[in-house]
Amino acid sequence: MEQVTEIRWHARGGQGAVTAAKMTAEVALSQDKYFQAFPEYGPERSGAPIVAFTRLSDQPIQVYSAIEHPNYVLVLDPTLLDVVDVTAGTGDGAVIIINSEESYDSIAGRPDMTGKKVYTVPATKIALETIKRAIPNTPLIGALAQVSGLFPLDGIVDEVRTSMSKKFSEEVVNANLEAVKRGYKEVSGE
Amino acid sequence: MARKAITGNGAVALALKQVEPDVMSAYPITPQTEIAQNYAQYVADGDVVTEYIPVESEHSAMSAAIGSAAAGARTITATSSQGFALMWEMLFIAASLRLPITMPVVTRALSGPINIHCDHSDSMGGRDCGWIQIYGEDAQEGYDNAIQAFRIAEHMDVRLPVMTMIDGFIISGAIGPLETLADDQVKEFVGDYQAVNPLLDTENPVTVGPFDGLHGWYFEHKVSQNRAMDNAMGVIETVGAEYGKLTGRPYSHFVAHRLEDAEVALVAIGSAAGNAKTVVDQLRRQGQKVGLLKVRTFRPFPARQIAEALAGVQVVGVMDRSDSFGAEGGPLFTELRSALYDSQPRPQMLNFIYGLGGRDIFPGDIEEAVALLERAAAGEAVAQSRHYLNLRED
Repeated sequence: MEQVTEIRWHARGGQGAVTAAKMTAEVALSQDKYFQAFPEYGPERSGAPIVAFTRLSDQPIQVYSAIEHPNYVLVLDPTLLDVVDVTAGTGDGAVIIINSEESYDSIAGRPDMTGKKVYTVPATKIALETIKRAIPNTPLIGALAQVSGLFPLDGIVDEVRTSMSKKFSEEVVNANLEAVKRGYKEVSGE
Repeated sequence: MARKAITGNGAVALALKQVEPDVMSAYPITPQTEIAQNYAQYVADGDVVTEYIPVESEHSAMSAAIGSAAAGARTITATSSQGFALMWEMLFIAASLRLPITMPVVTRALSGPINIHCDHSDSMGGRDCGWIQIYGEDAQEGYDNAIQAFRIAEHMDVRLPVMTMIDGFIISGAIGPLETLADDQVKEFVGDYQAVNPLLDTENPVTVGPFDGLHGWYFEHKVSQNRAMDNAMGVIETVGAEYGKLTGRPYSHFVAHRLEDAEVALVAIGSAAGNAKTVVDQLRRQGQKVGLLKVRTFRPFPARQIAEALAGVQVVGVMDRSDSFGAEGGPLFTELRSALYDSQPRPQMLNFIYGLGGRDIFPGDIEEAVALLERAAAGEAVAQSRHYLNLRED
């Protein structure tokens, strides 16, 4: 199981975590990787804390339980930091990427993350400036690509363009592509 | 062959779309799954010419399917959980009328307490209703089994309804990779439908479902159903092998994984078999002689073949995702213990109940089960056969 990359997404209902988990799976598909994406099933209420998971591997994945020890944790809403233990189950060196305009050391009430690699990206700000809605998922996918090196930026750009072009106008697609690229560029930390 | 990212529900609905049966009757409200919703969308979009009958209950869904199949149409429905329970009495009638209806079942818990998550209480509860039961591990197997179901059900030596299972949410709601066939490949594999004694053949009128009392043929009729099950045993293998030629994914009644020199072995069904395989591979790398048998066909139950595959294993641990209250163990366990009774030497059998109401089954839980099997194999007395994995004990 060493070769499986495990990602956990923390968000509030409505912030697009399940979509992000799904988009990451579709990027993996386009890269000929194996993948799994699933939410923690429960009542889906807008604003309530939710969790979603993505597994990625070069080999078929045959574990279907929830992810216990994620390599990457993406926090779509920084107000979750004192509500949910986002580091639960993570080992030393786990990567935590948080949607925040501030550096991690400036976030009030931040939990101790000694031993973790912590990054922040102003994903909501980017989303408001590009897609004009406070849905921070696409900038976070860009940030994940930058920090993890799991996919090339071009791979994500191509996939987002292909999948979104079927349903959305060119303007919306371009705004999302811009959001991905800015997330990739503007993530900082470590 | 194309590859796509899709949920288990989406994969099964796609398989049904590619077959494009004549009629689908389905209850369109929860506990129904997205399989019925997606298929309704295909109908609404004009992608298929299937007659779609939205009915007012699952009892009616199965009743309408029976009427449709008796009339001579290739017929499907889909269900899950409480819906399966509500179909109950009509399931027996579909089987006894020898109607080759196929039905994907997304396995989920039965109330109460109210719970919508995965376990096998629904389908395992229906194991004696006369339907062929085939369980899949992931979305790919859900897709592949849904296609093969038509060939098995409609085979002239079988003519029994077939239900194909995928695990609720764990597979039905998760996005994974799926290799798909082209529509014409699926249609060619399944072939044209041949109705037997259809009601709509007015030149040859028949009576369907009459009274057959004390001095009638009820008993012989039941025996004929069981003979059809016997025939299904071979047909399932033939169809699975033919499907393998088409896709590179052959199917049989079960998958034996690293059993050849295994001292202990797990038997699992559904998605947990994947978790167990991953653990077995890991323990094998550490030199432990452990194997896995993944059950695919539960009805008819391939008892003899399973006993052969497990020959020489000292301790067998059977994993059940449903319980059988007051019985000696879960449904898979009692089936396995019966199958292995004549084995020489007879293995010790332990039962692991897990995952009820969607409780997760982690690799660590399975490692714990294997550790107990190994202790039993080493001679430690394990008093009881029934154990629970990931149970919260006060």
